[in-house]
Amino acid sequence: MIGEFFKGLFLMIWKVVTDQPDPKVEFVSVFPATIQPIISVLLSIVPIIMVFASLFALTTLLERKGLGRIQNRLGPNRVGPFGLFQPVADGLKMLTKEDIVPHSADKLIHFLAPIVLLVPTLLAYAVLPFGQNMVPIDMDAGILFFFAVGASTELSIFMAGWSSRNKYSLLGAMRAIAQMISYEIPLIISSVTVIMIAGSLSLVEIVDKQSGYHFGFLPHWNVFTPWGLAGFIIFLIASLAESNRSPFDIPEAESEIIAGHLTEYSGFKYALFFLAEYLGMFAVSGLAVTLFLGGWRAPLPFLEIVPSYIWFLLKLMGLVCLFIWIRGTLPRLRVDQLLNFAWKFMLPMSLINLFVAAIWHFTSVWNFRGAGLGRWLLCAAMIAVPYVWLGRTLIGNKKITHRTYRFAN
Amino acid sequence: MLGEGIIKGMVETAKNFVGSYHDPKRLTTVEYPENKIPAKENARNFPFLVFDGVDADKGLRCVACQICEKECPPKCIYIIKDTVKKPDYMGKMQIQPKIFDIDISVCMSCQICVEVCPFEAIKMDTQFELSTTDRFENLLLNKRELAKPNEYYHKIHPTEATEVDERLAAEKAKAEAKAKADAEAKAKATVAAAAAKAAPTPVPAPAK
Amino acid sequence: MISDAPGQMGMTSESASQVPLPEGAGQSNYTVIPKTSAEGTSEGELLEVAMGPQHPSTHGVFRMDVVLDGEHVVKLKPVFGYLHRNHEQIAESTTYLGSMPYTDRLDYLCSMTNNWAYALSVEKLAGLQPPERAEYIRIITAELTRLVNHTCLVGFLLQDMGALGTPLMYAFRERELILDLFEALSGSRMMYNYMRFGGCRVDLSADWIEQAKQVVDGYSRFLDEFEKLLTENEILVSRTQGVGVLTVKLAINASITGPMLRASGVNYDIRKVDKYGIYDRFDFRIPLGDHGDVYDRYMIRVLEMRESVKILNQALRDIPAGPIMDPKAKIRGFRPKAGEAYGRIEGPKGELGFYLISDGSPNPYRYRVRPPSLINLTVLEDMCLGETVADVVIILGSVDIVLGEVDR
Repeated sequence: MIGEFFKGLFLMIWKVVTDQPDPKVEFVSVFPATIQPIISVLLSIVPIIMVFASLFALTTLLERKGLGRIQNRLGPNRVGPFGLFQPVADGLKMLTKEDIVPHSADKLIHFLAPIVLLVPTLLAYAVLPFGQNMVPIDMDAGILFFFAVGASTELSIFMAGWSSRNKYSLLGAMRAIAQMISYEIPLIISSVTVIMIAGSLSLVEIVDKQSGYHFGFLPHWNVFTPWGLAGFIIFLIASLAESNRSPFDIPEAESEIIAGHLTEYSGFKYALFFLAEYLGMFAVSGLAVTLFLGGWRAPLPFLEIVPSYIWFLLKLMGLVCLFIWIRGTLPRLRVDQLLNFAWKFMLPMSLINLFVAAIWHFTSVWNFRGAGLGRWLLCAAMIAVPYVWLGRTLIGNKKITHRTYRFAN
Repeated sequence: MLGEGIIKGMVETAKNFVGSYHDPKRLTTVEYPENKIPAKENARNFPFLVFDGVDADKGLRCVACQICEKECPPKCIYIIKDTVKKPDYMGKMQIQPKIFDIDISVCMSCQICVEVCPFEAIKMDTQFELSTTDRFENLLLNKRELAKPNEYYHKIHPTEATEVDERLAAEKAKAEAKAKADAEAKAKATVAAAAAKAAPTPVPAPAK
Repeated sequence: MISDAPGQMGMTSESASQVPLPEGAGQSNYTVIPKTSAEGTSEGELLEVAMGPQHPSTHGVFRMDVVLDGEHVVKLKPVFGYLHRNHEQIAESTTYLGSMPYTDRLDYLCSMTNNWAYALSVEKLAGLQPPERAEYIRIITAELTRLVNHTCLVGFLLQDMGALGTPLMYAFRERELILDLFEALSGSRMMYNYMRFGGCRVDLSADWIEQAKQVVDGYSRFLDEFEKLLTENEILVSRTQGVGVLTVKLAINASITGPMLRASGVNYDIRKVDKYGIYDRFDFRIPLGDHGDVYDRYMIRVLEMRESVKILNQALRDIPAGPIMDPKAKIRGFRPKAGEAYGRIEGPKGELGFYLISDGSPNPYRYRVRPPSLINLTVLEDMCLGETVADVVIILGSVDIVLGEVDR
């Protein structure tokens, strides 16, 4: 029994490391048939929580270091070598802090809000294909499930803002609702383009559709098509807004409304919010990787010997670094401008992109000479022209111009 | 075009990110307890009292004239004069402060005491690591804690200290010259007086 | 949206001070102001928010009682005095020289210009004339101070706009170089206490001038970098243009001075009007804005920094040798003859003036500061009405206040 247990365990680890299919089978079969499903589920859940929680710790450090370097500082470097244990110190600090609940707060909802935020965020990981043979649940409507659980995070932010009985929290919660609902739409429409082209709602299927290479080196990723690139950018902007990252960190705008819905949270609850926010960012970046960047696929044919999950993580971290870079550069939008941007620019652009994707799909039957290039240019133009035009109107409506200044002697 | 300015800004931050690794000029901060920026020569923090010679009690330049106490804007100096004159390190009799306290939790490092002191007795220190666990007792510096030798003054403000020493030496030379002249004049006067004294004796003789 | 909250509205101060379970506990602590339409029907409530004094972006301990209709400001009442230190009274009970270090603490970002304004008014009172080298030193330090102040301001403004410290850090990186210069000169990094009646305390060395030349040369490069980083940024442009407009008429009526006035398009700079010191010898221009919004105020400051760099180049090139103190000036026992004087300079924030009445004693009989920050702050409500909460923060940032000067 014990021998089989360890044999199964080692076999499972070996299969995971070498990226083989069905790694859990031998290990799960060691257990009695009644508890096998539970073991199998646990074997999916525990690694996800462990990997992404430690990725969260790593990212907080990376973010602080990166921002430090962008701002010509050194970043945290006191705890451990190169400040590597800074997240541990932060975590300990968070755990030992007093948990303050305002006197007039709605205590139950105040307590529930961080949990309600964290649980759906973790649920979203259930459908992401992390590697070739690593998808917790290969759901037929995986992307639908992702957006369904993702949408429920808005509820918890409003719960936090309302229950704190703080004016800043309430303002933050109102802003968060307005922002997240507005940006959900471009987020979903830009993913619909991919669904249309792939013809499936299953994320595994979508990754499969992006296999292969043009000319032997350019992968078939969606991002290398005109509609894919536009969709990817729209998706990124919308996901920045969904995860409350700068320049869309309006719900927790520090300089305006203290910390928005987080104002009255401290200690472990605050840490949970923080964790959930980062996990949400990873999940939505993971979805972006899956939809547009070929999921776990290697960028070049000879790099396919590297295990697939490494590629997924590298792409994910690349996107996270981009988010950090954006955070270090841009000032924050105002809430009405944010909504204007969502409804007057992002929504039309994503609808146009949907149309372009349809054209791309129907022109795939072209087979005359230079058809590929022509198709590419046609679609690119169909996106670029409205982009310039919409961009002009968005700015031109407010009479925002380049100004010149007078000088008096 | 929309997005142009954003991309320009991102290029600029990327330059700074890369630059912070190879261009040490961009990093203005130092890692403090291990590395310290050397104090500038003119730097000032809190005042201290200069003494000449080796004995802090004897060599204090301060003569308790209390000008600094009067001029100090936040009134952080507290002086009580000694009632008796004591010999200083040169053996000259001087009034010295019996108590000289500076409350550096009140002091605002304005250097006015230094400027008004006619005896070059109080100067500014560059020591800044003064944190203590007791803000009342440990931040109230008494005469003994404040007294620092002239060599220390030379170490922290070399140019200024040399000038001060030259000025003091010049004054001293002048004072000595004056004293000498005085003494000579006095001697002359005594000689003259003696002569005068001596002279009258024979004078009355003819009067006899 | 708040009317669902049970119980009485508003927690009174008495109930808050009772230790065992306050009366309003578990009930609403919002102050709700009913909003009525023209016909008298209810249209919901207004929310009164106290922004400050612990709010992160009020530049110190400043409070704005803001009444909000959703996100829009209906009423704004500035509340200040949290940093009141009795500056004028202290100055009247100490010697003329003794209040020089206190002027450092008025506007702690630009102590040099505060020193100058005070020294200028005392010089007027006592009839002292600083020698030429001292005048050059004063212009050099004042223009360096202007660079420090405007750099910090644009950094803080962008911090308020949510740029997460990057512009602020770049601004502080450059400010550090100037602070190093000031430390080498006066011994302190912020509280210089450098000017004296009839001159300056310490002379510049040739070494210092070389260093200052390098810093000034590097400054235009930094300004280029900064402008590339942000001036064209769409977010910054759309956040600031057309926000917090200050009309020319209001600006003049409220006696606004400094970059705020010039951003509204009024050509008034005391450096040109009074020609105090030796400003008439330098070739520089006054940038003027046309819109009077936050963007103009930001750009006017950037352009003024470029002009300051020009003045500095000329001053560092031309500085003559010579004494730095008027021989008539004395440190101990300074007693100007009875009379009064008002000395003013163009501080980085506006007209900074000191009004002094002497009765012949060592202390001024009356001492009064004209603080540009406080007077520029008076139009805050007019600029903020109808804007959103997010705009209030950047409008306050663009006014450029330092609470040490507002409250004194």
